[in-house]
Amino acid sequence: MRPFGQLILPAASLPQPDVDTDQIIPARFLFRPRASGYGELLFHDLRFDPDGGLRPDFVLNALRDAGVGCLVTGPNFGCGSSRESAVWALSDYGIRCVIGTGFGDIFFNNCQKNGLLPVCLAPEAVADLHRRVQVAPGAGIEVNLPAQTVRFGDDFHVRFEIDPFRKRLLVEGKDDIALTLAMAAELDAFEARYETGAEELPGVSS
Amino acid sequence: MNTGARAAPLALFERVWRRHTIREVDGNVLLHVGRHLIHDGSRPAFQALQDRGIPVRRPDRTFGTPDHYVPTVSRDLSSVAEAGRRDMVIALARNARAHGVTVFGLDDARQGIIHVVGPEQGLSLPGIVIVCGDSHTATHGALGALAFGIGASEVAHVLATQALWQRRPKSMRIRVDGRLGTGVSPKDLILAIIRTIGTGGGAGHVIEYAGDAIRQMSIEGRLTVCNMTIEAGARAGMVAPDDRTFEYLHGRPWAPAGAAWDRALAWWKTLPSDPDAQFDREVSIDASAIEPTVTWGTNPGMSASIGGVVPDPQHETDPAARRAMVEALEYMGLVPGTPIAAIPVDRVFIGSCTNARLEDLREAARVVAGQRIRIPGIVVPGSTQVKAAAEREGLAAVFRDAGFEWRESGCSMCVGMNGDLAESGQRCASTSNRNFVGRQGKGARTHLVSPAMAAAAALSGRFTDVRQLGGS
Repeated sequence: MRPFGQLILPAASLPQPDVDTDQIIPARFLFRPRASGYGELLFHDLRFDPDGGLRPDFVLNALRDAGVGCLVTGPNFGCGSSRESAVWALSDYGIRCVIGTGFGDIFFNNCQKNGLLPVCLAPEAVADLHRRVQVAPGAGIEVNLPAQTVRFGDDFHVRFEIDPFRKRLLVEGKDDIALTLAMAAELDAFEARYETGAEELPGVSS
Repeated sequence: MNTGARAAPLALFERVWRRHTIREVDGNVLLHVGRHLIHDGSRPAFQALQDRGIPVRRPDRTFGTPDHYVPTVSRDLSSVAEAGRRDMVIALARNARAHGVTVFGLDDARQGIIHVVGPEQGLSLPGIVIVCGDSHTATHGALGALAFGIGASEVAHVLATQALWQRRPKSMRIRVDGRLGTGVSPKDLILAIIRTIGTGGGAGHVIEYAGDAIRQMSIEGRLTVCNMTIEAGARAGMVAPDDRTFEYLHGRPWAPAGAAWDRALAWWKTLPSDPDAQFDREVSIDASAIEPTVTWGTNPGMSASIGGVVPDPQHETDPAARRAMVEALEYMGLVPGTPIAAIPVDRVFIGSCTNARLEDLREAARVVAGQRIRIPGIVVPGSTQVKAAAEREGLAAVFRDAGFEWRESGCSMCVGMNGDLAESGQRCASTSNRNFVGRQGKGARTHLVSPAMAAAAALSGRFTDVRQLGGS
């Protein structure tokens, strides 16, 4: 996982509410191996005509040369299916950060597991950011995870909240499997208590 | 038995959460997972494990069955068009064998949609944590488990550690009082709940469903309600276990038996929320006001009762929501003001982890019994056991005689990964859970309804109030 520090990312505004993970990547592509790359599949049916041509009205197509790295989203972005391939598609396309008022719960977690930073801001700040990005699409947004700030232009500067546990893993670029495996003794002790000791949980151990 | 000190009143969710907390770091809890359910989308997670040379920690707590990619026209995998899709099913069997995990394969009488199989096999139990790499894992909360969907990285983490890091969610109680009317189903209730609190209304919350209408509801109905909790943005839905729960579970293959049953039962009875338990949010719903419901848009919150009309975006004050409505209506090919009951339907899908249990099939069969459907329809049982039971009690014959195709079990047209799709522009009355753009095929138009309403639409070729048909 790539560590996340301070990045300047060309931004795009995608204000539609409830963009579900089926829109981020349609189900028919999900059997493809991870290694084959998912970037070209991002927003597939929104980006491409049925004949495969780019739809010029879709924001990422209009900003094709900008190398968009940050999406400012509408509410509830990433709702629906748990498919992590939605995050793979964003990540492989080059998106490192999504900013919105709130995200689908599972999508939010999937982002963090892939070094993609989901930033939640107040509705007024997100609305303001949409307006600014729409005026200057593709302009760089500065996302500073260690300082927990987002800057755009001269006078948009806000601080965001992030769970310190997740922040540490994202900044260090570590996933949590290694972290948890290092707690093997605690896992063993818990399971021993849970299954055979005084705290046996009836019904689970057969 | 462990009761623990009970200084403050606790909610069901809180009790399960605390009981499974292994460790807490900065507000994040490492939760023990009682049952990990897997399916044929689990290939990337096993790959991640293999890449790092990590074994499955608890194969005895990991159970799976192929559902997303399996064929429903037969059990012959070669009927699934692409090799890459077939490999998802094959990979599950291969990984299960390699890691000693129990999988009910394509040729197993216990195969089915994982969220139907878990409860059916007694794998889903009150008071435990259940996770699965599928958002509809919330289903299992109907039995009093804390159950939620996770992504592929989290599946790999659970395979490796039998535990999961979780940030503490907020709690919400949705109290459903009164009675659902005749012809009004749990599906109509959950669609009404989603419309009420919004598609993001449950975000960050675990919802406990309570109240008379829930207590009176069958386990199968509760499974339907909890199943679609994710469509309100909530992570999990739960129902406190009660006598219906215990009766449902007793004697199921993986449920505890004998003395273990007695001990389990004693503990399960301590789980329900204390009467004075506090919730971060409370919502009240009047069951008697709910009518058979049909979605008209492209998310499950966009619905109206069968007597209603397609709404007018001009009445929506929020510009982004208005634009979303306009786009939804354009995709759905609908004009504001059109009566829901005037919308023609091209085909019907009765299936999915939402509505393909035996009770659902009975409801639909009752409507079509002795009649012929006017549009194509398929019935895809939620599990191979449901299929067998439906055949034994004559439901399969009712569906076939009415003109439905009677299929093998799988996710089928709910997500279309196996190739079961509607055509572009076709309008499908579907008992599934998502009416997203392209969900049932590029350009396909999905309307979510209950099994009885799907059956009624099949008979008349348009949405029809099932209460006005004799059969219900």
